[in-house]
Amino acid sequence: MTSRLRAALAATATAALLAACATTGSAAPDRPAAGTGPAKPVPAGLDPAARPDPFPSTYAPFAAGPMAIRGATVLTATGQQIENGVVVFSGGRIVAVGGPDTAVPQGTTVIDGTGKWVTPGIIDAHSHLGVYPSPGVSSRSDGNEAIDPVTANVWAEHSVWPQDPGFNRARAGGVTTLQILPGSANLFGGRSVTLRNVPSVTMQGMKFPGAPYGLKMACGENPKRVYGGKSRSPSTAMGNVAGYRRAWIDAAEYGRKWDDYRAKVSKGEKADPPKRDLGLDTLVGVLRGEILVQNHCYRADEMAVMIDVAREFGYRITMFHHASEAYKVGPLLAKEGICFATWADWQGFKMESYDGIEANAAIAYRAGACTVIHSDDPTITQRLNQEAAIAMAAGNRIGLKITDAEAIAWITLNPARAIGIDGQTGSLVAGKRADVVLWSADPFSIYAQADKVFIDGALVYDRRDPRYQPRSDFELGQPGEGAFHP
Amino acid sequence: MKRALIAPLFLAGMTALAIAAPAAAETVAIVNARIETASAAGIIPSGTIVLKDGRIAAVGAGVTAPAGARVIDAQGGVVTPGLIAPSSNLTVSEVEAVPSTRDDRSGKLSAGFDISYGVNPASPMIPLARQTGLTRVVATPLLSRGGAGGHKDDGGADDFAGGGGGEEGDPAMFAGQAAIVSLAAGDQDPVVRARVAVTLDLGEAGARNAGGSRGAALVLVRAAFQDARALSRNRNAYERGESREFGLSRIDLEALIPVVEGRTPLLVRVHRASDILQVLRLAREEKVRVILEGAEEGWLVAGEIAAAGVGVILDSQADLPDSFESLGARLDNAARLRAAGVTVAIMGSRDVNNLRQQRFNAGLAVANGLPRDQAMATITSDVARIWGMTGVGSLTVGQEADVVLWTGDPLETSSWPQAVFIGGVEQPQSTRAFELRDRYLKPAASGYPPAYQ
Repeated sequence: MTSRLRAALAATATAALLAACATTGSAAPDRPAAGTGPAKPVPAGLDPAARPDPFPSTYAPFAAGPMAIRGATVLTATGQQIENGVVVFSGGRIVAVGGPDTAVPQGTTVIDGTGKWVTPGIIDAHSHLGVYPSPGVSSRSDGNEAIDPVTANVWAEHSVWPQDPGFNRARAGGVTTLQILPGSANLFGGRSVTLRNVPSVTMQGMKFPGAPYGLKMACGENPKRVYGGKSRSPSTAMGNVAGYRRAWIDAAEYGRKWDDYRAKVSKGEKADPPKRDLGLDTLVGVLRGEILVQNHCYRADEMAVMIDVAREFGYRITMFHHASEAYKVGPLLAKEGICFATWADWQGFKMESYDGIEANAAIAYRAGACTVIHSDDPTITQRLNQEAAIAMAAGNRIGLKITDAEAIAWITLNPARAIGIDGQTGSLVAGKRADVVLWSADPFSIYAQADKVFIDGALVYDRRDPRYQPRSDFELGQPGEGAFHP
Repeated sequence: MKRALIAPLFLAGMTALAIAAPAAAETVAIVNARIETASAAGIIPSGTIVLKDGRIAAVGAGVTAPAGARVIDAQGGVVTPGLIAPSSNLTVSEVEAVPSTRDDRSGKLSAGFDISYGVNPASPMIPLARQTGLTRVVATPLLSRGGAGGHKDDGGADDFAGGGGGEEGDPAMFAGQAAIVSLAAGDQDPVVRARVAVTLDLGEAGARNAGGSRGAALVLVRAAFQDARALSRNRNAYERGESREFGLSRIDLEALIPVVEGRTPLLVRVHRASDILQVLRLAREEKVRVILEGAEEGWLVAGEIAAAGVGVILDSQADLPDSFESLGARLDNAARLRAAGVTVAIMGSRDVNNLRQQRFNAGLAVANGLPRDQAMATITSDVARIWGMTGVGSLTVGQEADVVLWTGDPLETSSWPQAVFIGGVEQPQSTRAFELRDRYLKPAASGYPPAYQ
């Protein structure tokens, strides 16, 4: 199932890339070429296909020379643990990963990794940094457009405050990439955005180039509580499902209108373009396999219902988030090729998390499901390595024999897969982006600290060097001044 | 007269207890253990601990197991005192989002609210808590807006309800009285001591509670202390209706009398350095004993806290400027406070859902500068010290045998409790979470649904 999922995600990424190429290749991307038929040109901004990436990434890797880490224990996230290993990166890419004999080209800065560990950069597939920043004051509470159960029209990137000090804390914990999601007040919460965890004045300066969008959907208690509390639908679980289905019907209809319009235009017939709808654009993007469904869903039975809804309307669910009961449906998730993201356990704070257990991830993992440990929290994101360690220990307590080499993928390669960037990062493989963490100890130890963090081969954090401990604008002149590094 | 009566009754109660729990008589020797005593004896790299008659009978490198004792070979595992949660809602709360299961918030009474009456020894969270090494907990009340086991995505009222606050249901100023609770299985009366502190939220929460400003909160607190003293001085006048008007009810003022008399501490939740200094001044001027909880900016005034001899309960994970009163939050707060001579107790998550975090938080504090050999005390003996518990918290001869045997370093993610003793009685391992786990671990061979397993 894993390879099937990977293939599907790769296809999606390729499609997105092709679309981007087509756009940049055209002479006037904002307007359809004149003279193709009697149809009037669609004004800029009214054709969803004209600029599929209207807020393009301006991220550029920081300058960095060739670098190598020698002598460390290396977890590649592809199942390997290399003792006394060597990791070489140059030009922002991983060049070589191997044992002590791995060649290091002349002119490479060599870091002594003796007694330390190296892993891929940590990827948090469920973060609200920037949209629910610190300090958590109501004027910066931008994560839930809780005025309508269907707000597929909103994009989390438009809520991201790049100066959130939480980004710096997460980076000090080894987090190099994050998927920022809208909250779960709504059935359809809006689009996610995937960010490189680099300090930037603008959101665009953090955007992960070429990463597909995600659509946040939410099962369960939150939407029905929020809208039931306002005497609106959904107020029940069945109201939730009716809400999803109605939205997908609207999306299919909208997609058909655009298809009809384009068919007519291509035949040179007269046609009026449909009115653009931002929310339905996003849903149609899901139906076309370009946008990945990120579905907040705790309970096993609700996951099974969501799988059937997806089948009814012909889309795929990429990942269930929180998924406290994944252990009850591990084989189903494995068969469907759906990842699940969870904590070690964060149970009992509401009824739908009442059956959460520490062995959740381990049991579903051993059933073959694509396993991700996520944070959904500005504190846990700083120590996803330890969150994964707790989940692993719960499995090992019952004899599941999960190794460091396996569990590291829960917070690197698997989340990369689930947000559609595993072709670019998530494992220490030559050719991939050099997103690398040098740990002071086994990263699954409570005492481990991220000593150095690299993004695209550039040192972005160093625990021992204040020059590489960026501070948010917000933190300047404040008590402590963001100096959180002992 | 009354005292004379109470003592024999108390003794009779003890005897009844001993008879009701015959397992307490078991003599256990744990051998080949690394023993973290959390006392001046420090860490014994390899030794034996003997539990007898519910107490620690011997501990040391040269100790031999007494004849007839059940011998447990730790095989290099680690023995520690049972962990004590310094401020939690365990035993008084089940599901945060289901208010009917929560008895940790008063809603109406202020200082008079007594959390001990809501303690539920049958809570399914208690066995789970023992599996995190906890043997005791201090159940502390909250204002209705305080604490949270949820998270951003799941939101509280703040995120979703368009601001509709819970403040209206809040009691005035004080959240109520805390209790020390044992987590021993089968103990139908697990409250070790009720009314061990009155809790007070200051800073932003206190200001909100007082109508919007810190200045109002502290004035009201001081006035309440004056009222409590006045009531205590002249009860007759009060009964005759001849006393001046008091700001709080008689019930609430009664609860404050032991506080103003210095017999019961005030647990103050406070975060900003300046607010901490205000609390220290309040304690000095009003002659009340205080314990600080939170204290994210404590490191900025560590010397003052140490000089005042005030203990601090903190969450060592707190490093975000998540409010304007914790802008200086740092991961090395515990290490800096401890280095300054402050007695520090490290807490896990306050709420039941992440209690296991306490030992990991001690490990995190070590990763951020707290000497490893001081870490165990922050979750055991120093918690006991701050709360004035006697007879528990360290592995010392004569102490109650609240003891945990771990598979490895108790602060590490990779270890778990192999055996938990409370009062010398080995506790059952089973938890609801484990039953769920085992039900779904392997597909049923019978072809029947999991409910038949």
